[in-house]
Amino acid sequence: MTDDVHGTPGEGRTTQRVTLSRAINLGLRAAMEKEPKVLVMGEDVGALGGVFRVTEGLAKDFGDDRVLDTPLAESGIVGTAVGLALRGYRPVCEMQFDGFVFPAFDQITTQLAKMTHRTRGAASMPVVVRIPFGGGIGAVEHHSESPETYFAHTTGLRVVSPSNPVDAYWMIQQAVESPDPVVFLEPKRHYWDKAELDTAATPYPLHRSRVVRPGTDVTVVAYGPTVPMALRAADVAAGEGRSLEVVDLRSLTPLDLGPVEESVRRTGRLVVAHEAPTFLGLGAEVAARVAETCFFSLEAPVLRVGGLAVPYPVSRLEEEYLPDADRLLDAVDRVLDT
Amino acid sequence: MTSSTHPASTGSSATPSTATVQMLTPDGERLDLDEGRRAELEQAVGAEALAHAAALTADDLLGMYRDMALARRVDTEATALQRQGELGLWASLLGQEAAQVGSARAAAPQDRLFPTYREHAVALVRGVDPAHVLSLFRGVDRGGWDAEATGVSPYTLVIGSQTLHATGYAMGVQRDGAVGTGDPARDTAVLAYFGDGASSQGDVHEAFVFAATYQAPVVFVCQNNQWAISVPAERQARVPIARRAAGFGFPGVRVDGNDVVACYAVVRAAADRARAGEGPTLVEAFTYRMGAHTTSDDPGRYRPSVEVEQWRDRDPLARLEAHLRRHHGVGDDAFAEVAREGDALAARLRRDVLGMREPGHGEMFEHAYAAPHAHVEADRRWYEEYVAGLEHGGAAADGEERA
Repeated sequence: MTDDVHGTPGEGRTTQRVTLSRAINLGLRAAMEKEPKVLVMGEDVGALGGVFRVTEGLAKDFGDDRVLDTPLAESGIVGTAVGLALRGYRPVCEMQFDGFVFPAFDQITTQLAKMTHRTRGAASMPVVVRIPFGGGIGAVEHHSESPETYFAHTTGLRVVSPSNPVDAYWMIQQAVESPDPVVFLEPKRHYWDKAELDTAATPYPLHRSRVVRPGTDVTVVAYGPTVPMALRAADVAAGEGRSLEVVDLRSLTPLDLGPVEESVRRTGRLVVAHEAPTFLGLGAEVAARVAETCFFSLEAPVLRVGGLAVPYPVSRLEEEYLPDADRLLDAVDRVLDT
Repeated sequence: MTSSTHPASTGSSATPSTATVQMLTPDGERLDLDEGRRAELEQAVGAEALAHAAALTADDLLGMYRDMALARRVDTEATALQRQGELGLWASLLGQEAAQVGSARAAAPQDRLFPTYREHAVALVRGVDPAHVLSLFRGVDRGGWDAEATGVSPYTLVIGSQTLHATGYAMGVQRDGAVGTGDPARDTAVLAYFGDGASSQGDVHEAFVFAATYQAPVVFVCQNNQWAISVPAERQARVPIARRAAGFGFPGVRVDGNDVVACYAVVRAAADRARAGEGPTLVEAFTYRMGAHTTSDDPGRYRPSVEVEQWRDRDPLARLEAHLRRHHGVGDDAFAEVAREGDALAARLRRDVLGMREPGHGEMFEHAYAAPHAHVEADRRWYEEYVAGLEHGGAAADGEERA
């Protein structure tokens, strides 16, 4: 870890420059301090602090009873979290990597997502499933997946993804406070991105999207790891005299498309970017909804920029697979040329 | 492997080297009260279990008989209701009354029970209205009884998933400091029910790992009813299921699941251990599903009728009735009274089922989430407008015709 500041802010100072990984750590700390029923559980989350060090120091400060180094069993982690939630606890489960969430898929989609409905609301499921997700770190198989659509498709779950340290700090706390299960997607290749975090600021609502860069020519919708990419593309486009408006979805379910629709009514053009394959991806949903609500404002078809219809490739090829600023700008060219 | 038709009686267990603990014989004799058999039984289940069995009064035993008889009557009525098209499905418990009543009666009021979808007698013992159970199978509700008041979680249909919920709940019990205090009103155990088929599921094994790792206060109650739909137990387990516990580091014991006394005593001792903070136990109740897996399958296609007949001789109700008559002077009147109570319960259940309110279409939108969710609200609004439009449109069309 190469943070400028270690430990929680003190002596009245509320601002510090932190990485995204550290921001989640600070958010978890704040949540655990505020509510004794919050537990952190997962593989290697204790002494090691998680493979990405997101839970570093929590076991030391909060004890083994609240930070559980679990056996290596993803279904077991989520399934026991369901039981702990039934007993009044608020577990935050870590899946070590995106590709390893699938052994827990059954517990997440058939149990965690359904328990509130099954009990007619008598049991809430305040469980967070943290998943380091997405590619770009040169990893081996199963370490670079984008499983968001599987979860966003299941009613009963909420799915969110921060794209920067400030959102990460607040969103993890809001996810812990949610009475519903939240799949929390952490853009792993941005764990080391830094930003100025003011822990005394007012948090932005969890399920609201946000315009992160205003523009006039084309609306670009992104979330998680594609937000920094879209911002880079916007910089490049600006150099070419094109103004991109970038909207960070932040929440995948529920979707907040208000700012997107408002933007599209001004720009008339929309490109959606995500790392998951475009086929049946979030982009398809955004495109369909915007076509429904903004049909007469659209000057060009909505385009999607995403991963390809191939298994996530070997790391030497992942830059070919992943959408990047060039691919996004190519799509921008196409919607502007229409 | 010995075939699943092998008698489950003491000294002739289905597999050599794993005794099947029996206290009440099919003839109605109590082995636990027999001086000649006590040492052997004590070695198998410990003195505590024997003491629990010995402490059962005639009233307790009659109460167990009543629970089993009522559960069987509910089962018969539910099967009939399904055949008459009033239930979409029914999972019969016929033959498993002793395993369920014995184990459920071993639970303390504060204990939490995690059933699968066949624990109708467990539900009955814990005060769940059978009508609530049937509402699930009628398709008007998910079976939403009050889990907090009854201590019985909702049924789960995904095989074995609830064993992890039970283990997690037990881990919560530990964190609440509700184990090992010595206060019988506070110390809490959790019972996780599953079947022989579920014993093949990964979740069950993960539950064993978690329970052992954290020494969670959970009793795994496996009702080995010999058949996972059409697949026999010997195709799931090469060793008795109870023996698997040893590999995870906690005790496992196989009991005669048609012997309500042994089921009660062994689960009671295991639950006491759990409440004392001594960790999990696996109890394999060796029993038999006399009916179909559910009303959707035909057991005649996959199992021989001679096997069913052999198990009929070990009927859990008949042996307790024989014991009560021979050793406790319980006569015809008492059994007739239980039968009358069963008939009255069945009649009431039938009335309740036939009178169940159909769920309003708006109810499907309720409780999908604990907090409002924009997509659910949007679909609810759309649906309400659509339905209202149909109604108004229909009226308008009628009006036009009249005009």
